[in-house]
Amino acid sequence: MTAADLARAYARRELSVREGVQSSLDRINEFDGQVGAFLKLAEDVGDQADRAQAMLDAGEGTPLTGVPVALKDNLSTRGLRTTCASKILSDYVPPFDATVVAKLKEQGAIILGKTNLDEFAMGTSTENSAYQLTHNPWDLARSPGGSSGGSAASVAAGFTPLSLGSDTGGSIRQPASLCGIVGFKPTYGRVSRYGLVAFGSSLDQIGPFGFNVEDTALMAEAISGHDPRDSTSLRHAPIDASSVRNGSLKGLRVAVPKEFFGDSMHAGLRAVVEQALDTMRKEGAILEEVSLPSIQYCVTTYYIIAPAEASSNLARFDGIRYGPRAEGSGHISVVERTRAEGFGHEVKARIMIGTYALSAGYYDAYYLRAQQVRGLMVQEFKSVFDKYDVVVGPTSPVPAFKIGELKNDPMALKLLDFCTIPANMLGCPAISINAGLTDGLPVGLHFMAPPLADERVLQVAYATEQALGATMRAPFP
Amino acid sequence: MQAPMANYVASIGMEVHAELATRSKMFCRCPVAFGGEPNTRVCPVCLGLPGSLPVPNREAIEMVIRTALALNCKIAMHSVFHRKNYFYPDLPKGYQVSQYGETNPLGYHGWLELANGKRIGIRRVHLEEDTGKLMHLPNGGAGVDYNRAGVPLMEIVTDFPPDITNEEEAKDYLVELRQILVWLGVCDGKMEEGSLRCEPNISIRPEGTEMLGTKSELKNLNSFRSVQLGVQFEIRRQAATLDSGGTLLQETRGWNESNESSYAMRIKETENDYRYFPDPDLIPMVFDDPYIEGLRSAMPELPLAKSQRYQRDFGLSTKDAERLLQDRETAEFFEEAVAMKGDPKGICNLMISEFAKQLNEAGLSPRQSNISPAHLVQLANLLASDTINSKVGKEVFAEAFKSGAMPDAIVDERGLRQIDDHGPIVESVKAVLATNAEVVERYRGGQTGVAGFLVGQVMKMGQGRFNPQLVQQLVREELERT
Repeated sequence: MTAADLARAYARRELSVREGVQSSLDRINEFDGQVGAFLKLAEDVGDQADRAQAMLDAGEGTPLTGVPVALKDNLSTRGLRTTCASKILSDYVPPFDATVVAKLKEQGAIILGKTNLDEFAMGTSTENSAYQLTHNPWDLARSPGGSSGGSAASVAAGFTPLSLGSDTGGSIRQPASLCGIVGFKPTYGRVSRYGLVAFGSSLDQIGPFGFNVEDTALMAEAISGHDPRDSTSLRHAPIDASSVRNGSLKGLRVAVPKEFFGDSMHAGLRAVVEQALDTMRKEGAILEEVSLPSIQYCVTTYYIIAPAEASSNLARFDGIRYGPRAEGSGHISVVERTRAEGFGHEVKARIMIGTYALSAGYYDAYYLRAQQVRGLMVQEFKSVFDKYDVVVGPTSPVPAFKIGELKNDPMALKLLDFCTIPANMLGCPAISINAGLTDGLPVGLHFMAPPLADERVLQVAYATEQALGATMRAPFP
Repeated sequence: MQAPMANYVASIGMEVHAELATRSKMFCRCPVAFGGEPNTRVCPVCLGLPGSLPVPNREAIEMVIRTALALNCKIAMHSVFHRKNYFYPDLPKGYQVSQYGETNPLGYHGWLELANGKRIGIRRVHLEEDTGKLMHLPNGGAGVDYNRAGVPLMEIVTDFPPDITNEEEAKDYLVELRQILVWLGVCDGKMEEGSLRCEPNISIRPEGTEMLGTKSELKNLNSFRSVQLGVQFEIRRQAATLDSGGTLLQETRGWNESNESSYAMRIKETENDYRYFPDPDLIPMVFDDPYIEGLRSAMPELPLAKSQRYQRDFGLSTKDAERLLQDRETAEFFEEAVAMKGDPKGICNLMISEFAKQLNEAGLSPRQSNISPAHLVQLANLLASDTINSKVGKEVFAEAFKSGAMPDAIVDERGLRQIDDHGPIVESVKAVLATNAEVVERYRGGQTGVAGFLVGQVMKMGQGRFNPQLVQQLVREELERT
């Protein structure tokens, strides 16, 4: 059931919130052993359900009241353990809610639990979790993508109608693509980052997963809006979900960067994407090939900026104030051992890359240069957005890969991010919807629009989704 | 320590940290206060809990700009916060939010003028956050108090190469700087509580040479005196080392107040790499001219300018002017009285003597007392016009201080006006001479000094209200007459 269906059922009294929530819990209890989406379930679900029911009974319900949601475990939840899938936070219970969590609670959404991710959101397969693997509901031998793999799998497996992830270089959109659902990264600053454990602060953005665009937009509206606790939060009204149905493909000017259709693209996936583009043309969209040469530098640039920021963001995990502390003689030794034992391999690698990139004598050559390339990319895309309403392409050049398949080739995994990274560099809204299947695996179609055009990108995604008719449930179980 | 053999020139750079007198911390709303139970003024932001984000304190930013303006600095119209990355238990986030770069700090390229007219170049005035405090626990081990973590901290650094060349100037610079900070209300200036901290770096080189010597940095200086002594000690210690053929190490040294000497804390072999980069959680501060001009036009006149004006326009001595400039309230009180057409010198005399004494005894500030500028104007006029003499003046002031009554009213009510009529004075003189015939004899025998005693007796009879000059004159006339 979608969130919208669930809300209608509640409104018609066909279902109580406790019943709605229980069916989610039953499914999780029965099948999450196979999927591995959740790291922890909330213990106060019954109380939350009662509060939501009271809201509905009092006529104070919102579209999300009583709707079960899953949260990526890098979102701070008051009183509910938040690990970032890292051993270094194995016992950390935040004393405060992230702004998005507080908003969901105010609107009566049911926080069902915390989902698996690549440690500190660093990865694209959810294999870098210190705790467990997450499996793709379309094929349990395959990865759900990452880093928000648990949240994507939760929606794809029908555990929760909605979930939240975070997206630093594609960590919402890529798993959405691999799991055949919708994943949306709003404009940087439209959703507060307060309470999101930072990875790359200038790139991080929280966003929703849903079964379809309508549900996803409801969640986007619920979590967006200005937050005085986040200095980078934009003074802008929340995203307007009600306008989603207003879009049309007729006369839509669509740019198709040829750089998104490179040699690394999976043939079957390419066919599905091209078929989707044909459908858009038939609906009246005007598609034109463009060239955005800076795309070829985006992965390199990203892997300087994100680790640089991460190396500083993750410095606070020293075992002094929270988290497990290793024994050592003296402060430096305690910090070294705590971090050596607490962080996984990928996190350490990125901290080292970032530390190097910021070091005296290297800063200009790496970090500063990367920021310059980022500026160039912004200019290049701006000139495209002057002429086109949206940019389209695949979300990922490949469908879901097998767990372990790319584990020993981290570079290959990183190179898959070139379709999603530009949106983070630009801070612009981007969405992945399902375009169909190749060999039984979902294929994501990716839209980008200029910063603040969140409603536009949702409208275009909605219209395309309607035209494609490709929303589909994973054959699971 | 012995005075050095060879002649050396010292170069002293001053790094001053001032905790800003804001109500809340730099990036969160925790209150700013001194002391208290450890970790009672903390929140997710100043503890650096995962996911927390900073929101800058506008008041702190304005305080730094106002200080920079007072120090004749250029203002960075586009200024960013940087992260200074290093590990230490008192640093909650593993980095300190600070400001890096030559022209990025809120203020740069300014100067401070010492009383002797010498200008000390200021390199930068920037804004950062304070750290927590490591504490040794009574039962062993260490703890961290984060109450201070995130308190807005302003760093003021002098130019390089330094303009300050001796301990006297170093102290004067600090005295002057502290006065400005307190004057502007941006810092309480309490060195003993650490809200104003000074870390001078000192090097010496043989006279006539250009290359600056190896410097040492001095910490734990908790008073002006310790700054002066510490710098002097370092200059002499370095000179003695060089004189004896030794080499100096670039090191951080601590000041030991009890035996008035410095000790090695740590040797700086390499510069720390702090990996500064712009803090992505904080957007750049962008100012426009009207905003800065607004702050500039709201700036109070600073102590040095006031002192010069008081001397020039009011004919006050440097010393008297300085006493009026102890704090802004006193100076403004004085200026208000002068503006009411009071006599500046007379008002100044009242303020630095009777008023200061009474305030000190009562533990009050001028505005907290019953005395208004109008009281001072009246009293100064009564004295200047010889309506009352200075002795009565003290009595009147004491009463006004106690009750708040106006001096004119007190004088009238108590009938304290000075008596200038010859009649009653001559009468008293005659009476005194009559009752002290023996003393009168001694005077006439050549002991003219006893006249003073007789004058005193007459004044006593007049209950202090007789015009003292007239009494003197009449006593002498009476003695000479017979």
